[in-house]
Amino acid sequence: MIKITGLRKKLGAKQVLDGIDLEIATGETVVVLGPSGTGKSVLLKHILGLMPADEGTIEVDGENIVGLGETALNQIRRRFGMLFQGAALFDSMTIGENVAAPLREHLKLPETEIQRLVHERLDWVGLKDVEDAKPSSLSGGMRKRAGLARAIVMDPQFILYDEPTTGLDPINSDVINELVRSMQKRLGVTSIVVTHDLHSAFKVGDRMAMLYAGKVVFSGTPEETKTTRNPYVRQFMDGSSVGPIQPV
Amino acid sequence: MSYASVWRSGANFLIGRVAGALAQIGSVTLMYGDMIRYTLLRGPAFRLVVEQMNTIGVGSLGLVMVVSVFTGAVAAVQAAYQFASVVPLKYIGSVIMRSIIIELGPVLTALVVGGRVGASIAAELGTMKVTEQIDAMRAIGINPIRYLIVPRVVAATIMLPVITIFANAIGIFGGYVVAVTSVGVSSATYVNGLKDFFYMKDLMSGLLKAVVFGNIIGTMGCYFGMATEGGAEGVGTATTRAVVSSCVLVLIMDYLLASVLFRIIFAE
Repeated sequence: MIKITGLRKKLGAKQVLDGIDLEIATGETVVVLGPSGTGKSVLLKHILGLMPADEGTIEVDGENIVGLGETALNQIRRRFGMLFQGAALFDSMTIGENVAAPLREHLKLPETEIQRLVHERLDWVGLKDVEDAKPSSLSGGMRKRAGLARAIVMDPQFILYDEPTTGLDPINSDVINELVRSMQKRLGVTSIVVTHDLHSAFKVGDRMAMLYAGKVVFSGTPEETKTTRNPYVRQFMDGSSVGPIQPV
Repeated sequence: MSYASVWRSGANFLIGRVAGALAQIGSVTLMYGDMIRYTLLRGPAFRLVVEQMNTIGVGSLGLVMVVSVFTGAVAAVQAAYQFASVVPLKYIGSVIMRSIIIELGPVLTALVVGGRVGASIAAELGTMKVTEQIDAMRAIGINPIRYLIVPRVVAATIMLPVITIFANAIGIFGGYVVAVTSVGVSSATYVNGLKDFFYMKDLMSGLLKAVVFGNIIGTMGCYFGMATEGGAEGVGTATTRAVVSSCVLVLIMDYLLASVLFRIIFAE
């Protein structure tokens, strides 16, 4: 379980996170919705300890990670996988080396076992014969799938997805949505999906939370999200420029 | 606008710049501290250091050779011009050699490598930063300081004196070619000049300077690369800052080291 309480973060003059309270139950997939620039990606980076919080707590299975040193955070991070918005594959490595990187860093496995795991995870995300390819030679959708293979190679308890379908065509978006669902079923993971793609959100989410101006302004099931009268959610769902959400 | 407000805004600007510079010195010092800590704790990753030694050292050799041969050649032309009717030409070999191994070899090599390698390190790390590859590295528990910074700084520190040795040799050879073919000095006179006035302390002080310069180039490239913000523009800015700061620091340290080495340690 991940429990975020009173999380605040100021970047420059802007209060990006202004008292976030959010709880993600074990095995649940929570979609964090919100317009661009509302701090969704910043929230994910705080959960992984990639950015230090100004105030508040982030409990991962009861352990507060705010204020932990890099060594302690690395132990926590081993339980997480993250799919970055642009996949963030290492340019200098092949796809196989990218997927193998966490295994080589943390586990002393024989090379044959590493290769087996890399092959298996790439197979899970529907990629074949790309182990020796460089990330630059892959399409956007393939890079995202390779990024997901790297995120799941250590059998994480938690997977964080940052805009997993952004920049993809509808078919590739659906492939990613299906993968998010299948990871939940196959690995039983707890997931947080940050997106502003409503189609994707309703396809993968067990629960929705809406972020605006650094606060959670709504939280509910997909059904509640569809029927709520919350003005922020309504404006976002309707794609209207008129309402409480001010375009950035 | 009144004089008072002009002075106030000028003072504020100055204070801002000084504070910014101090903050930057603090950040570089912290990064350097982390680098030493991780090097002592786990040692540099040997394979990555060797890879970087190849990129930084072997990759820079061609450019450094071209610069060195012409430096030696120009030194010969200038020495012949300045010696005219004042100093016997038999000293031309020793003057070229000593000026190259003490000063021109290490400094020009550092400036050339600083431009090439400093820019390349800052651009590579800066691109990794803005495309979230550094975050991805931390997310999977790989320490970017150990994996990216330590190998580059260690490799630059090791390879700069090595390249400087080559630069010294090629520079002296460039001087020899010009001295023998166009100044009218015999081959034996030039070589005797080299032998008669060769002091090991000159060579060692030049190489010691190269070690410090290599460390500066690696550190500045890594620091500005890791501090990159924004997109392509940020990478461009980081690259420029890395090169400019490397070159300026190399020249400042050259003066400081020359003062310490030749006025204190090797003072006669």
